[in-house]
Parts: sequence; structure tokens; C-alpha cells
Amino acid sequence: MNDSHESEKENMETTTRPSSLADVANAKVQKAPGTRAMGTGLETRGIHAWFGKNHVLSDINLDFAAGTVTALIGPSGCGKSTFIRTINRMHEFIPGAAMAGEVLLDGRDVYAQGTDVTKIRLQIGMVFQKPNPFPSMTIGENVLSGLKLSQQKVSNKDELLEECLERAGLWNEVKDRLGAHGGSLSGGQQQRLCIARALAVRPQVLLMDEPCSALDPGSTLRIEETIRHLSDTMTIIIVTHNMQQAARVSDYTAFFLSDGGPGQMIEASPTSEIFSRPRDKRTENYVTGRFG
Amino acid sequence: MSTIAPERAVPTPRELTTEPRFSDKVFRAVVTVGGLSSLIILGLIALFLGYRGFEVLRQEGFKFLTSSDWSISTDDAGNVLESHFGLAAMLVGTILCSIVAVAIALPISVFSALFLNFYAPGWLKKILVTVIDMMAAFPSILFGIWGFLVLMPSVEYWAKLLHHYFGFLPFFKLEPYVVTRSPFVAGVVLAIMIIPIITSVSREIFSQAPLDRIQAAYALGATRWAMIKAVVIPHGKSGVIGGAMLGLGRAMGETVAVYTVLNIVFQVNWQMLLGAGGNVASLIILKFGEASPYEIKALMAAGLILFFLTLIVNALADVIVRATGRSGR
Repeated sequence: MNDSHESEKENMETTTRPSSLADVANAKVQKAPGTRAMGTGLETRGIHAWFGKNHVLSDINLDFAAGTVTALIGPSGCGKSTFIRTINRMHEFIPGAAMAGEVLLDGRDVYAQGTDVTKIRLQIGMVFQKPNPFPSMTIGENVLSGLKLSQQKVSNKDELLEECLERAGLWNEVKDRLGAHGGSLSGGQQQRLCIARALAVRPQVLLMDEPCSALDPGSTLRIEETIRHLSDTMTIIIVTHNMQQAARVSDYTAFFLSDGGPGQMIEASPTSEIFSRPRDKRTENYVTGRFG
Repeated sequence: MSTIAPERAVPTPRELTTEPRFSDKVFRAVVTVGGLSSLIILGLIALFLGYRGFEVLRQEGFKFLTSSDWSISTDDAGNVLESHFGLAAMLVGTILCSIVAVAIALPISVFSALFLNFYAPGWLKKILVTVIDMMAAFPSILFGIWGFLVLMPSVEYWAKLLHHYFGFLPFFKLEPYVVTRSPFVAGVVLAIMIIPIITSVSREIFSQAPLDRIQAAYALGATRWAMIKAVVIPHGKSGVIGGAMLGLGRAMGETVAVYTVLNIVFQVNWQMLLGAGGNVASLIILKFGEASPYEIKALMAAGLILFFLTLIVNALADVIVRATGRSGR
């Protein structure tokens, strides 16, 4: 996963098995080297997860370089969502949930003793499958809600508000009605509001759990653009069932699969590679639509 | 397309009907009867109270609500010579006791509901929920006796303390210095009785707080308390108010427990620490046993007033719940 972009580009020129997804993956603007976010990124070491006695995720080792977009693909129930929820410690909210392994953010284990878990969640933001703005708050209050919830003070609230909405691609649509309630927006707008909300606390990493699965194609496109812009300044991990989407937005793709037992990571490669020359037969079957 | 579409007449909406099946009709009749029965029973009770109390109400007029006399003198044959009936003291007492009860019970209930839903470990939650539900089913005379024997002596200490530090406020004034059997003591007993109701209603509504918003709050770095403030309380506000009003209704109608711990004095008293007061329901139980036929009519009229008071409180609760319910859901 830490391959440099140079080798990735060489690989693309020697594409052996052309496919439309590979074309999509290649067609997007490659990120120029040097636009790297701060920090050294995120590493997961030997992640296992259980729900009660049910072992759902087995030995996941993945690195996420700072400033990259990684897509997690795979059939339903293979543990993708569980995996990203172990990263920002949302997994432990589910009764009976357990995990093993390490999640290293800038080299420090987020599960280490004495870690303030609320601080971890500020550094690792999350956008959920279903848009979930706070209905009792206005659009503006929703964007800044993270600051209030984590008891942070900022002096330039208006600037931050505009910046976050701008980066989430929502500013132009809502700038005249920041006092309206969050629930008055359309589904796609609500999801971008949730992205803006996640951005306001300035996370290093943004986890997105199928952020577009409840949205129409137009809204999906807007959010994909947003993801591409955001990846200049943060590390993004996105779970998606839409392989076109994975091809469009991600630099790297990891394929998860469960053969009835716990979910495993089958393959992780640069996105252009996984859609053109998957190393594993199962990956090939999945990305070519033979199952899943 | 150059042709102009011919102007179409806008049709009136069609009447939509469905012919229900026979089984539907039967079921509809059954549930209609069930649904209306409570309304009918309530109406019949009001009618009965009105019918029995009408004579006294006409006799006393508006004074029935504003005066505090309660006296009747009869000759040896049982004929009424003179009578004065007024409920003012009892109404004030009812309201005072209930407000004290809700003021004490509401915070305790909300905190215990939050504790049960968000802090208590599973085993403790199970035990506590059972205990609280049992409390709701506990006979009120036992609360009354316990209040009389155990609570009253210790509550008097707190009453004195409140008077000592807050005596300058009219609500906490104490003149003359009589602290036993005060509305405050009755309020504390009532509070214990209504805590289970408000707690279960609050717990229920808090547990329905949407999981996706709870997760959103946590994912934004919220502590548990910050999450509760941002998500659970806005969601549950109207339900909690509804629960409090249910408790208020129960407190206003409570008879035996109040009768055991409260001095019934026919004199309007807004000082909650002063040992004088009463409530409508305990007045009825106090007088009912030895009342002459005419006084019973007065008691029925008092019952009717209590009935309407409870109805008004519930209607008010409904209005408040509707007004606060819109945001936060």
C-alpha cells in the first residue's frame, strides 16, 4: 500500500487486461507527488473483531498513507464497516463487541491504555451511511456541533463555517439559509452537511461508511468530487459497494471477503492495478462481477 | 410542437372508497367499542359527580372554589340548618403538594432514567428496572405509613434547614413555626410515589433516541454527557414533560398517602413548610365516613372539581408536549 506513485504510473502503462473499471481508475487525475497531508498516516496491525463469540474479522494489516484515498470493497457481511469502526473506536459501542490488534495513528496506538478516546475520534472523523444531521440544530449549528460536543472554542466561527461548507461542496446551496434546520435539506445535501460537520473538527483521517449508498447519482458525483478535494489535506478511507465509485475516487483499494468464517483482507493494491491485474482469483471474480 | 394543447378542464378529485370485508367490519366494531369505552366510563363518572354535586354547586356558586369554609350544622332530625362549603384551601393544597412532588421527582427520575439507559451495567439495569416497576405497583397506604413513621421525622429536619436558609422567599416562609405534617412532607411522599412513573416514561423515550445520531455525536468526539445533551435530551424533552404531567396527575389525585401525612386545615396556605393544608382527595376520604347526605353531595361536587382539575392539567400537558415535541425529533 505504500508504493510510491512513480511505480504506480509505470504499472499503468503496462496494463495487461483492459477493463472499463481499470479505465475509470486510470482516467482520474493522479495526485501529484508532494501534496501530502501532515502526519505519517494510519496503520492497522493484526486487527481482529468479534461480536460476542462471533469472529467477524481476522488479521487485517493495512497501511493508509497520509493524503491518500483508500476504498474498501467486498460483498456485504465481509467486515468492511466493522473494520473502519475499529479504527475510530466506534466498534466498542456495540454490546458484546471485542477487538484485538493495534491501530497506529502517527505511530501511537489508539487503543493504548490511558488514551482519551474522544480525542481519537476528533482526529479520525466519520461519515455514516445514512445522513444523520442533528434535527434540533440549524445548518450552521450542525456544522459547528463537533466543536460544541468536544468543548472546543474557536474565535472565527463564521470563517470556519464557510470553509467547511465550501470544502464539502455545500456552501453555495445553503449560504442564504444557514439558520434553517438541518432536516430541511435533501438527502444529498444532508450528507454533505455531515461531511462539513466532520471537517469542522479538523480530523487527520476521515472514515466514510458507504456515504453515497442512500443518494441519487447527482449527489453521489458531488460527494465524490468532494472526496477528491479533501484528500489533499487528509487521509480518507471509504467503504463502498459501488466499484465504479472505488475506481473513480480511490488511490488504493482493498478487497475484503468472508468465506463463511471471519472476514479477511484478500488483496490491497493501487486502485488501477486491482481493477486491471488483480493478483487473486477471488478479487478478479468480484471486480468482474462474477459474484457478490 | 406548434399546436396549442386544447384547454383541459381540471377534474374534481374522485371520492375514494373501499368496501370493507365482513371480518374488517366486525373487528372495527370491536376496537371501536374498546376505544370508546374509556371515554364513556369517564363521561358517566363526570355525569354522576355532576348530578350528585349539582345542588351544592348551585347553592354555593363560585364561592365553592374561592372560600375555605367547610361547615354544616343539622338539627336532630338530620335537616340541614346551615352549611358552608368551599374548596379553596384544598385546591391550593392539592396544587402545592403536587408541585413540590414533581419538583423533587422530576430531576431524580430524569437522572435515573439516564443512568439506566446510558451508564448502568446490564445486570444492575435489570435489577433497578424491576425495583422501579415494583415501586409503581406498591400500595399507596404503605407509602403513607412509611412516610408517616420514617420519612416525616427526617423530612422535618430538611424543612427546618430549608426554612433557615431560604426563609426569606415566600415559598419557604414558616409562620407560625409548625413543621409537622406540612405540604412539603406530603410532597416528598408523593415524589417517591411518582418517581417510578416519570422514570419509566423517561427511560422509554430516552431509549428511543436514534442510534445514528448518537453515533454521529460520539464520532464528533463527544463525551457521553455531551452526547446526551446534544441528542438524547432534545429527543426526549417532550416525553419527559409528558411523564412529569402524568406524575402530576397522579400526585393530584393521590388520597391515602397524603391523608396520612398532611394536616387538613380549612385555610388557604401557600407556605409549603407550614403544617397546614390539605388536598381535595384526602378531604373526601376524611369527611366521607361521617358525612350527612347533604355533605356527601358537597363531597361529590369536590370530586367533580378535582376531576376537571386533572383534566385541565392533562390537556395542558398535551399542549406543552406538542409545542416542545416538534423540534428535536
